[in-house]
Amino acid sequence: MPKPHHSLPFTRRQLLTRIGALAGSVALYQAMTSMGHASGTDFTRPPSLHGAKKGTKILVLGAGLAGMLSAYELRKAGYDVQILEFQNRSGGRNISLRAGDTVTELGGATQKVLFAQGNYFNPGPWRIPYHHQGLLYYCRQFGIELEPFIEVNHNAWLHSSNTFGGKSVRYREFSADFYGFTAELLAKSINQHKLDDIVSEDENHYLIEAMKSWGALTPDLSYTKGNISSWRRGFERPQGGGLEGAPVPSDVLSRKDIMKSGLWDWMAFNQRIDMQTTLFQPVGGMDQIGKGFARQVKDLITLNCKVTAISQNEQGVTVTYNDMAHGGAVRQMQADYCVCTIPLSILSQLDVQVEDAMKAAILAVPYASSVKIGLEFKRRFWEEDEQIYGGISFTDQPISQISYPSHGYFRKGPAVLLGGYLFGTPAYDYVGMPPQERLERALEQGSVIHLQYQKEFSNGVSFAWSRTPWVMGCCSMWTEEARRTHYKTLCSIDKRIVLAGEHASYVGCWQEGAILSALDAITRLHKRIVGAA
Amino acid sequence: MRNLYFYAVFLLFLVLTSTVTWADSSGKITGKTESLSDGADIYKHICQSCHMSYGKGAEGAGARFPALAKNPKLQSGEYVASVVLNGMGTMPWFAVTLNDQQVANVVNYIRTHFDNHYTNAIKPDTVMMMRPHLTEEYE
Repeated sequence: MPKPHHSLPFTRRQLLTRIGALAGSVALYQAMTSMGHASGTDFTRPPSLHGAKKGTKILVLGAGLAGMLSAYELRKAGYDVQILEFQNRSGGRNISLRAGDTVTELGGATQKVLFAQGNYFNPGPWRIPYHHQGLLYYCRQFGIELEPFIEVNHNAWLHSSNTFGGKSVRYREFSADFYGFTAELLAKSINQHKLDDIVSEDENHYLIEAMKSWGALTPDLSYTKGNISSWRRGFERPQGGGLEGAPVPSDVLSRKDIMKSGLWDWMAFNQRIDMQTTLFQPVGGMDQIGKGFARQVKDLITLNCKVTAISQNEQGVTVTYNDMAHGGAVRQMQADYCVCTIPLSILSQLDVQVEDAMKAAILAVPYASSVKIGLEFKRRFWEEDEQIYGGISFTDQPISQISYPSHGYFRKGPAVLLGGYLFGTPAYDYVGMPPQERLERALEQGSVIHLQYQKEFSNGVSFAWSRTPWVMGCCSMWTEEARRTHYKTLCSIDKRIVLAGEHASYVGCWQEGAILSALDAITRLHKRIVGAA
Repeated sequence: MRNLYFYAVFLLFLVLTSTVTWADSSGKITGKTESLSDGADIYKHICQSCHMSYGKGAEGAGARFPALAKNPKLQSGEYVASVVLNGMGTMPWFAVTLNDQQVANVVNYIRTHFDNHYTNAIKPDTVMMMRPHLTEEYE
């Protein structure tokens, strides 16, 4: 038995209330965050659904993450669940490509994946921010092993065609120089009393000290070639041992070129909360998540069902589909309720019996186009020759980035990297090319950054999301305006039908969006069914 | 005149954004389209990605990218231009990507190719009048 205390210790809530009262809500928020609350997406715990009436039948459309998770939780709650899936596989956009896989696009272009055994490429989702707690929760629950995904690599390259003579610079060199020169300008302006109007005298002191520290400035507030800057950007000749071990400082880049290059955008990109460390990837390919989910519900899934119509009345929901495993035979399935996770790019063209406002919402969301290109090389030259272990090099060429594998470091033999990730206009352009041409372009552009490309290339595959028959797009593109008009309707329960998927979330284009949307949809549906809401 | 009413109603449903960064994208490289001026080039580098070569269209999982070849909806150049500017359903908007001349050129190209024979070309001035107002938030 512990001894009684003279004064009762604070409970956690009391402590938080005290901090809140004393220091205002910002401090409260910070305290909560540091104690493990109030960060990341809004996932807290899995739903606890009780009181399902036995025999109530729920039909789930789509065996992607949203569909499989809905089925998993609804069955656990006691419902009679089935899933219809269009493809001959489950997982949806959670997919990895390996040797022997075939990619067939709209229009008929077909690619065979020729990677060495054991190698894979994630053409869809490929990284999971640490704060995507919903997805991470279920990965843990279903025994899906995760490893770190490297987003920022200070030794990777930044490349701008029109600056630094078209030569790549190391992320480390650029970031050190960009911060250094910016800090120098600010510190000197303050020192020369040019900011006296907006900065008070005592703040001046701290600002200058901060800039010195942040920007690696000399005592006279300069950012210049020398040991101080080289400890950030790297030495011309690195520190060694023995007699000739003294390092030689490196030259700094031209300030004008740095500002002109636009490469600072990539620093900002990596500062977004989505890209902050720690990020994860499943060991062995992103599809390990889809497979892990499928293990939970595989007895519920019927593959090769092409849904054509969804109707409903007082009695229930009827889904009409072509059974593609049996010559496209028309079949129907009845249920009491339906959770529909079909992407809006497809659903918007099906015959769906819902209210007009819901129809308008389903039609209101365009889908982004995206292309990813996976390239296999005979060896890890980025590691062996350039000391790049994981992370991303960025370029202003259409391929936009080269991402090195965050696994299998130091292995001998072939490895696969992401040789291009295109969005927006370049994506349209590359989707419209034959796959072979996409590869040629990716090799040509990648060669600007890595001379080894042409010599070491083995094979590759590209994935054009808008020409992928089962989704016909990459992911939903909500605008604020469309959200205001249609989002709540899209998420509402239309009599017996509720939609779920990344498109019904504020975490669009991420797997977490599918998870959170599914949990929200089935929780509300369950409440509706048991009459609690 | 009826066309004008149509556009007035249509404009109410516009989707206006351009640089919204969808989540897992780099969200930065939107590409250079200034160099595309010819209608055929614009079709090839943008439209063809979904409407396919020769405007054939394509059919996926119960949905399709409509064919532009022999498509009677192309009768009104203004209608086609409004779809290009504002998008429709799954199709994104191109009001930001393409200028008035580019929109006119690609619309005129589509309406005079792929077995379409509409000779009444749309002018950039007409496109300008139809251009959606872009809020600062999205421009």
